[in-house]
Amino acid sequence: METTAHIDFIAAAYAAATLVIGALIAWVMLDYRAQVRKIAELEMRGFTRRSAADSAQSAQQAEEAARLQTEEEA
Amino acid sequence: MALLDLANPSRFLKFANSIIPWLAGATVLVFAFGLEQTMIAPDDYQQGATVKIMYLHVPSAWLGLLCWGLMSVAALGTLVWRHPLADVTAKAAAPIGAAFTLLCLVTGSLWGRPEWGTYWVWDARLTSELVLFLLYLAVIALWRTVEDPSRAARAVAVLTLVGAIDLPIIKFSVDWWNTLHQGASVFRIGGSTIYPTILLPLFIMAGAFTLLFATLVLAAMRNEILRRRVRTLQLMQANAAS
Repeated sequence: METTAHIDFIAAAYAAATLVIGALIAWVMLDYRAQVRKIAELEMRGFTRRSAADSAQSAQQAEEAARLQTEEEA
Repeated sequence: MALLDLANPSRFLKFANSIIPWLAGATVLVFAFGLEQTMIAPDDYQQGATVKIMYLHVPSAWLGLLCWGLMSVAALGTLVWRHPLADVTAKAAAPIGAAFTLLCLVTGSLWGRPEWGTYWVWDARLTSELVLFLLYLAVIALWRTVEDPSRAARAVAVLTLVGAIDLPIIKFSVDWWNTLHQGASVFRIGGSTIYPTILLPLFIMAGAFTLLFATLVLAAMRNEILRRRVRTLQLMQANAAS
């Protein structure tokens, strides 16, 4: 049988696969951008997760301790 | 990294951010190779060129089943082990499983018209596959209906485990009932009935689809974790305002 037989059905199947897979990829990528944007907006308004705030605070404390130790050594 | 470490959403996000680009790259490469192999693969002596639809239909069917299997393990994780990422996995995987099952049904219909003379018959394999698609839609609807995520997760987990009954029905439908759909021809006792020049592209395409599935599920899980963080921050904002 020739490859051109039923080419319309084959083309439709590959077009459907492209459409479904493309839609899935677009959904995942657009959703990721939307969530990242929402988090950035909320953090700009001063709302951060406790663990993120804690880690930022502990990093600040460590920086302060290191500065004090340097001053004492000097 | 130990598997248990991934139970922590922050560690999972780090893991996902590092592995998703590699998985996506591998998916593109294997898909390119698989499509090239499908183009040069010979026509089947009975089906002719329509065998090329099988390179899409069979991997989609496998992934539809694999995804519900993954969701069933996640359902056990929610109900029994209370794993923090179990319901994240279940929620992220459902639309992806639904899409692959839909693709299986559509490509199957497009293959059926020239080969069987009809787009659809109510035989056991096709009907049980349609039931799987409807189950996916039910799970997605349930996630959207119940507002409290932990209550939704438990309800979805129960529905998922009940729906898992459909998996062996789909697999063995061609053995238990007299169906128009062909019997097992790839994984069967006595070896595959498919000639290697057609079987090899099929396996490569199955690998490509599986890599795509893994990439999409990881990316969707990352999105779901971020969505829950957004929800937490919005609650903090609402509390501060009141």
